[in-house]
Amino acid sequence: MDPSRIWTRVHPLQWLLIVLLLAYPGPASDFFTFQIGAYSLILGTIALSLMMLGGLGGMVSLAQLTVAGLAAYLVAIFGENSVGVLGLGWPWWVTCLVAVFIAAVFSAFVGAISVRTEGIYTIMITLAIAVAFFFLVRQNYVVFNGWTGFAGIEPPTLFGVYWRDPAPFYYLSLAVAAFFYWAVVYCSRSPFGLALQAIRDNPRRMHALGFNVAAHRVTAYFLAGIIAGTAGVLLAWFNGRISPGSVGVDVAIDILVIAVIGGMRHPVGPFAGAVVFVLLQNFAIDLIDRERFNTVIGLVFFLVVLFSPDGLLGIWSELRSRFQQSRQSRFHSRGSSGGSKTFDSVGASQSSH
Amino acid sequence: MGRLFGRHPNWTIAVLLAAVVLVWLIFAVWPEWLVNVIGRKKTFVNTLINGLTLAGLYFLVASGFTLIFGLMRNVNLAHGAMYLLGAYIGYEVAEASGNWFLGLVVAFLAVALFGVLMQVLIFRRMEGDDLRQTMVTIAISIIAADLMLAVWTGTTYQFTPPEWLFGAITLPIVSVVKSSGDAVFIKYPAYRLAVFFLAVAVGIALWVFLNRTRVGMMVRAGVNDRDMLAASGVNIQLVFMLVFGLGAGLAGLAGVVGGTALSIAPGEDLRYLLASLVVVIVGGLGSISGAAVGALIIGLAEQFGLAYFPTYGVVFTFLIMVLVLAVRPQGIMGGR
Repeated sequence: MDPSRIWTRVHPLQWLLIVLLLAYPGPASDFFTFQIGAYSLILGTIALSLMMLGGLGGMVSLAQLTVAGLAAYLVAIFGENSVGVLGLGWPWWVTCLVAVFIAAVFSAFVGAISVRTEGIYTIMITLAIAVAFFFLVRQNYVVFNGWTGFAGIEPPTLFGVYWRDPAPFYYLSLAVAAFFYWAVVYCSRSPFGLALQAIRDNPRRMHALGFNVAAHRVTAYFLAGIIAGTAGVLLAWFNGRISPGSVGVDVAIDILVIAVIGGMRHPVGPFAGAVVFVLLQNFAIDLIDRERFNTVIGLVFFLVVLFSPDGLLGIWSELRSRFQQSRQSRFHSRGSSGGSKTFDSVGASQSSH
Repeated sequence: MGRLFGRHPNWTIAVLLAAVVLVWLIFAVWPEWLVNVIGRKKTFVNTLINGLTLAGLYFLVASGFTLIFGLMRNVNLAHGAMYLLGAYIGYEVAEASGNWFLGLVVAFLAVALFGVLMQVLIFRRMEGDDLRQTMVTIAISIIAADLMLAVWTGTTYQFTPPEWLFGAITLPIVSVVKSSGDAVFIKYPAYRLAVFFLAVAVGIALWVFLNRTRVGMMVRAGVNDRDMLAASGVNIQLVFMLVFGLGAGLAGLAGVVGGTALSIAPGEDLRYLLASLVVVIVGGLGSISGAAVGALIIGLAEQFGLAYFPTYGVVFTFLIMVLVLAVRPQGIMGGR
């Protein structure tokens, strides 16, 4: 892209958002920078990988957190940990590359298992995989150290910066999130992404046109695995530990909740969802009893699915179209002005019979 | 039998041989070398019956799941939550009244009512939109699990089954012959055997209901072509309500049965949801006989995995699922 055109192509609101995101750690406290900001970005990135599969490919996978969790485990296994099980002590960059690569291959494997089935089966199979992985790491002590998992996972100290300090870690997460955001937008406009969306809308026609449907889907899983795996490495550094509890089904479902609350029509959705989710997680205590967070998030999820299938993005575009068309008495304009046309609602394309 | 032999001679021979070997393994007194190879006979027979019991339990849970899916294309991921809800309700009633069977009946009815309400209030609003329905069931299971945790806390509950089902019965199977010449018979908890026979009874009842009654005929017609059934004057919403109630009720029933065989605790909902998922994926979604076959395979695999390869029991189950999906994506008994 011609650099001079950037200035005109990016909307002023988007510039404002970029500046806000960059300036955020300045006024924010360490808690808000690290626990809210960085954590939202990491969860958003994992949900972004789900959005890429679900939004572009029409494959709603519940195993994306499992992919991220696998990468986090591999960081502990290949790198350093304080538990005394494995911890091969490889250099950090080798560890990260290998962890992300294996996670992506695992994701492709998940894809390969589930591509032969349609729509609703995917969610069931990936859920089964997520549960199986959870039980595997909980029962296996030789490689995954069972119930306790691994602790003492440290990011490297580079350029004299300790990367787990709030502000550096926030910028690291922001850079990763921004890169993958851009990558997904780019991918959605590339020939591969267009073919993927066409496959989502009509796999049989694409097959008849000579596209290899299964190969496209598995490739999408591989790419989404790179996104989820990278986020998993960040997650391991963020928590400093990884245990079966971090890859449990409730967390896997949280990722789906985030993506759905935000909306899967555009890559910005998962991040919006993640912010709402993390804020609720931290401040639902003030609204209602500390223990009942799951009820709150469950209700929010329930209401969003019931009334706005496209999540916050759907509400946003609805409001915008209402505002723009207020003079004309046109209702039922759901999704008619939702930014780029390439992202369609997942729900509409999923009725498989 | 003759026709079957004519069509698949190799398969029939293999199955018959396997059956003969199995019967011999169960009833014969094992020679020394066999014990050396696979361990004591008692372990084997107990694992086998444990597997059958678990299969029975899995069938009870999964049959409701597959019934609902078959007719309504609704993947009810709140099925595990319904199982747990049934278990808790049954426990409360059984404790209050001192009658275990009353607990069973009330659990069935209460969860069936819950299912009907879900169908009427929620799923009717989004008919034909599978993914949204699935998401709603996820939301419901999150909320339900959390509320149940609030009401019944994290404590583990244990049912007391009726007196005559308690205790062990001696099976007519010899495990070893002592040097004195006395035969040692294998004992097994009576209740667990009852679970298996209950599952068989429910399976037969479902088969009769679906194949020999007028309503069952409507359900089967609805599975094949929903719109045509509605067009021929059947109140399809009523059929939906009935099937959803029945499927949910089965989950509640299974909750009491399973809660008595094992125990009731938070997290069990997930375990049985996974079991139903794997069972119907392996057996074929929407088919009752598929649920039976899948439950048998998964129940046996889980117990044998637990007995002979303790750390990898779950992986075993998972491998079976992957294998079935690779060879036959629609499941063993799945149509299409």
